[in-house]
Amino acid sequence: MTDNTTADKPVWIKPTLRAHRSGLLNKFGAVPSRQWQDEFEDVPVADLIHQFGSPLFVISEQRLRKNVRHLTRAFSARYPRVQYSWSYKTNYLNAVCAIAHQEGAWAEVVSAFEYEKARNLGVPGEKILFNGPHKPRAILERAIKEGAHIHVDHLDELQLIDEIARATAQNVEITLRLNFDTGVTEPWSRFGFNVESGQALDAAWRVAHSPNLKLTGLHSHIGTFVMDTRAYRAQVKTMCQFMERAEKDTGCQIDCIDVGGGFASRNALQGVYLPPEQVVPSIDQYAEAICDTLLEATHGREREGRPRPLLLLETGRAVVDDAEILLTSVVGNKRLPDGRRATIVDAGVNLLFTAFWYHHNVKPTRELSGVAEETVLYGPLCMNIDVMRASILLPPLDVGDVLMFSPVGAYNNTQWLQFIEYRPNVVLVHDDRQVSIVRAAEDLQAVTAQERLPDHLRDVSPR
Amino acid sequence: MFYNRHPMTNESNTTRREPLIDAKLVQRLAVSDSGFVFDPVSGHSFSVNETGLRILRLLKEGQDLPSAVKALCDEFLGSAADIERDVLEFAGLLRKQFPA
Ligand SMILES: Cc1ncc(COP(=O)(O)O)c(C=O)c1O
Repeated sequence: MTDNTTADKPVWIKPTLRAHRSGLLNKFGAVPSRQWQDEFEDVPVADLIHQFGSPLFVISEQRLRKNVRHLTRAFSARYPRVQYSWSYKTNYLNAVCAIAHQEGAWAEVVSAFEYEKARNLGVPGEKILFNGPHKPRAILERAIKEGAHIHVDHLDELQLIDEIARATAQNVEITLRLNFDTGVTEPWSRFGFNVESGQALDAAWRVAHSPNLKLTGLHSHIGTFVMDTRAYRAQVKTMCQFMERAEKDTGCQIDCIDVGGGFASRNALQGVYLPPEQVVPSIDQYAEAICDTLLEATHGREREGRPRPLLLLETGRAVVDDAEILLTSVVGNKRLPDGRRATIVDAGVNLLFTAFWYHHNVKPTRELSGVAEETVLYGPLCMNIDVMRASILLPPLDVGDVLMFSPVGAYNNTQWLQFIEYRPNVVLVHDDRQVSIVRAAEDLQAVTAQERLPDHLRDVSPR
Repeated sequence: MFYNRHPMTNESNTTRREPLIDAKLVQRLAVSDSGFVFDPVSGHSFSVNETGLRILRLLKEGQDLPSAVKALCDEFLGSAADIERDVLEFAGLLRKQFPA
């Protein structure tokens, strides 16, 4: 042994070599090595990982409440009748839905499962908007009985609703889902009735001819992550024109205009090189586009003593995305044959489904020394597609280092997969900084609970 | 090639001592104390961190892997296995950046 004194030796850090590229825009989405964050909502990341394990989803109650309030205020300040509905599919963890409901949101659901979830949480039928192309008879019967707002997607569904209404001698108020070309966004023409072809007006007539049905609402959802507010101006204009026409022709009276969701969140869409702060409109800009157009289009109604319609919103992504982060730990580093560094973390696309279309913000949770270099971040799955970031500049990371992915609140806790790995804990940081589990980590029991093994397969020894 | 074998499982490791990288290749590099590296052949410049700089200096002296690792273990606080892996990786990066 040459040396046993360790006190004054510097600690070994990974050597790095970085080529200087002058005059080139950095296409990797640079993470300046000084940029790190060791807490979330004032709770130390190290404590969170220590107590709840890694990977870990962390939701901020305060942020979520603030976002709902900000949205509802932005619209209510510009239009007299506004009702916000929480879009369940975006994140239907009970805790998330409950916070939205406590802030006054109704529920927007698209399946029997989501409908039952909302009812189970205590949301009354009349505060549920029931969308979606698949509403089996049993759940439709229940929803109609409980006074939910039924948004009709196609003629067969209309037929079924009419049948139920007649059989149970009820008068059912319905909303028609419309699709049309805004001239700005890709039309989502597979949902609802098309306006330009006359299909939507035919459906309005179909409703008018039924003694048990009444058309009282119009709905459309023009897409998701819509970054151009002109799309909403066009949407509201088309919907209001259709409203006037349907009322005049068929004698209905429309009481609700539902503009769906689709506002972009502050997340970096792949292929968009400008940072989200520069390309994503603010909630106030969306509100202005929608409310200005609606006020103008319904101006005449007020004069004629007809009420302006209630404006319904189903914003998902823009409300919840930045209220949640994902913490994930480094499990190993390697060098790819082309020279790039690869880092493997314990959360993959099984948990972060949105990694397929976002370049999430990735932050170290301690100050890293060393020069940043191009790195690929892989998840733990044995699949080539399990890439969390295809290219990011990061200083060298040690095994056990924790990275913070954000924003992750939208569409991950619903579209995630139980694939290869267990899904981890999801915790909520309460308003008072207490932390509690809102969805417990899976274990073998949880994952296999629904399986049944036939008797003759119980013995796995070769026969 | 020597570099592609894992040093811990490579039986010839203890007997075969050769430089990690062609000494002539690293000799031509101008290296400043702050870790700024300039290659007069390609005109490109690079930055290395503190440990990268130390490895580069050892390579310029023509050290082979075992002696470089030993020198670094004496100087730094870290496991021999980590240091050995990092030196190999770093040598690989150099070969890629400065083809012979
Ligand atoms: C009918 C409907 N409403 C609301 C939403 C929520 O959309 P976003 O998260 O883009 O606001 C969706 C999402 O697909 C939807 O289909």
